[in-house]
Amino acid sequence: MTLHELPAPAEIVERTEESASIFTLHLRFVDPARQAAFRSSPGQFNMLGMHGVGEVPISISSDPDETGLIGHTIRAVGRVTHALATLRPGDRVGLRGPYGRGWPLQEAEGGDVVLVTGGLGCAPVVSVIDYIMRRRARFGRLVIIQGVKHAEDLIWRQRYEAWACAPDTQVWLAADVGGPHWAWDVGPVTVLLDHAEFDHSKAHALMCGPEPMMKAVAERLLADGMPPERVWLSMERNMHCAVGHCGHCQLGPLFVCRDGPVFPYPVLAPWLRHRSL
Amino acid sequence: MSIVTTEQGFLARAGLDRLIDALRARDYAVIGPRVRDGAIVYGSIGAAADLPTGVRDAQSPGRYALEPSPLARQFAWANGPQALKPLVFRPRERLWASWRTPTGELHFGAAAEAIEPTAVIGVRACDLAALELQDRHFLREPFPDPAYRARRDALFLVAVHCTHPADTCFCASTGDGPEAESGFDLALHEIDDGFIVAAGSDVGAAVLAGLDLPAADQARMDAARAGVAAAAAAQSRALPSQDLRATLLERLESPHWDAVAERCLSCGNCTAVCPTCFCHAEFDEPASDGIVSEHYRQWDSCFTAGHSYLHGIVIRAETRARYRQWLTHKLAHWHDQYGRSGCVGCGRCISWCPVGIDLTAEVVALAGEGKA
Repeated sequence: MTLHELPAPAEIVERTEESASIFTLHLRFVDPARQAAFRSSPGQFNMLGMHGVGEVPISISSDPDETGLIGHTIRAVGRVTHALATLRPGDRVGLRGPYGRGWPLQEAEGGDVVLVTGGLGCAPVVSVIDYIMRRRARFGRLVIIQGVKHAEDLIWRQRYEAWACAPDTQVWLAADVGGPHWAWDVGPVTVLLDHAEFDHSKAHALMCGPEPMMKAVAERLLADGMPPERVWLSMERNMHCAVGHCGHCQLGPLFVCRDGPVFPYPVLAPWLRHRSL
Repeated sequence: MSIVTTEQGFLARAGLDRLIDALRARDYAVIGPRVRDGAIVYGSIGAAADLPTGVRDAQSPGRYALEPSPLARQFAWANGPQALKPLVFRPRERLWASWRTPTGELHFGAAAEAIEPTAVIGVRACDLAALELQDRHFLREPFPDPAYRARRDALFLVAVHCTHPADTCFCASTGDGPEAESGFDLALHEIDDGFIVAAGSDVGAAVLAGLDLPAADQARMDAARAGVAAAAAAQSRALPSQDLRATLLERLESPHWDAVAERCLSCGNCTAVCPTCFCHAEFDEPASDGIVSEHYRQWDSCFTAGHSYLHGIVIRAETRARYRQWLTHKLAHWHDQYGRSGCVGCGRCISWCPVGIDLTAEVVALAGEGKA
């Protein structure tokens, strides 16, 4: 067994309640050497194991430069994530990773960066925001676009408000269904692209969210003149092994866990065209 | 057709036990074809008498049966449901165990299974080709599978060139048989009075040298060549091309997928008997003591709903999409991922399909539908 395959125990140091069904676990490997050796880049994921229940792939939402804790923002939707939702500080999980290829942040330097996320798709992208904020001078404008189904699904409202105040940063939010305290747009995220100001010819777009949303946004960006190879999507599949063996994440010629989860649009486009692939 | 290596010798039929004894003397557990539950499957071989003499298989779409045979040969049959796959990629395998101490600590331990050196007699060319494909998958960097690696390295493979293909076989069209060309330690041509033995590896050559056999004469060599040539000529099924990538990917929305789905039971038999299918599920099994939990991997199939489950939805909810997934992965995307088709022409998916769906016929029908 190699290091990559055997999980190691990690302790929940902090737990943040983000919404009624979304929570963040801030983890630290019990073994200090393993913790010190852990390096990830924004967009990669870990396998989180609940003892006696199973493992799930969860993207890393914490700042990659902050080696103290590893953050995973999780929505309780399935058997394992409901079990993970019961954990409290001091409890332990199995952790292995990081896996996959993350966002193309070096390629994106020097131009504008447009982040378009839907629902909990914001989780793997928040580490990108932290990354750019720490290296602000290397990037142009930062456009943060987030869509949710219902107004009450929005998490990290205060963070969005803080980011909106940062220099050269735009924050645009939309909910399919608004509410009494919803001060932003109502409608699909594509309407927010009307407001956003960035240079299509030099920008990179990084997206994470439901596939129909990403497809619609990608088509809109391409129609507006963005080169397709600068449009990046983070794909989701139910990885069991995370190392390209189990076959559950196959999409066309790709294994999402190994070849992705982040892909340039031209690689995905032939396969996004077909339903149930 | 050619004998692959220059080192060869003739082993009289009555001398087959010498080969088995030689393998056992090198501390291999010897397994080979045996009749069990009405099929030829791999089992422990104590002597040549354990091999399936006097039977042969009758296979057709949806049918496999053993029948008496007048031939006094040990290998005059085509493959049963098992390939080499279960020997290297176990149907169910423990990957690790975790246990929780009374103070809440969590520990992980890798599964440590003793792996016995194993010699397999009677391996067919299609299954060697399939094993080579499984190697490309499971041993790929940067995550070569250690359990697969250990089992793979423990194998000594004795191929037998195929002389009696089934009605469902089409290895000649995929280029994978009926003669084994590589990937074996020893290879046997079975002829009327015995076997021509050739070596395909250093360790195979050492075993062959130890048998101290006379060289096969020209008449026997000619009989061996004629045997495999006849086996190729006897195959009535074929895939229309060894590279069907474009043909299938241009037809992802063909109405023919619906036509297959009307017959396909989505049972997954084809994936279980396929020697190259590698999909597996991973899951935890907690012991009733609440302390120990074991993490397993187990063969899975793209024909199940769980295979494409993603947080509350099933991506391939319809049989149409599952059959399309299986066929396009096997015959199209395998080229992208592993440089060749994932089909080796063994025909098992045809024989063991309970409704007799014939992959070669479905490909021909799809290609005839035109692009969609």
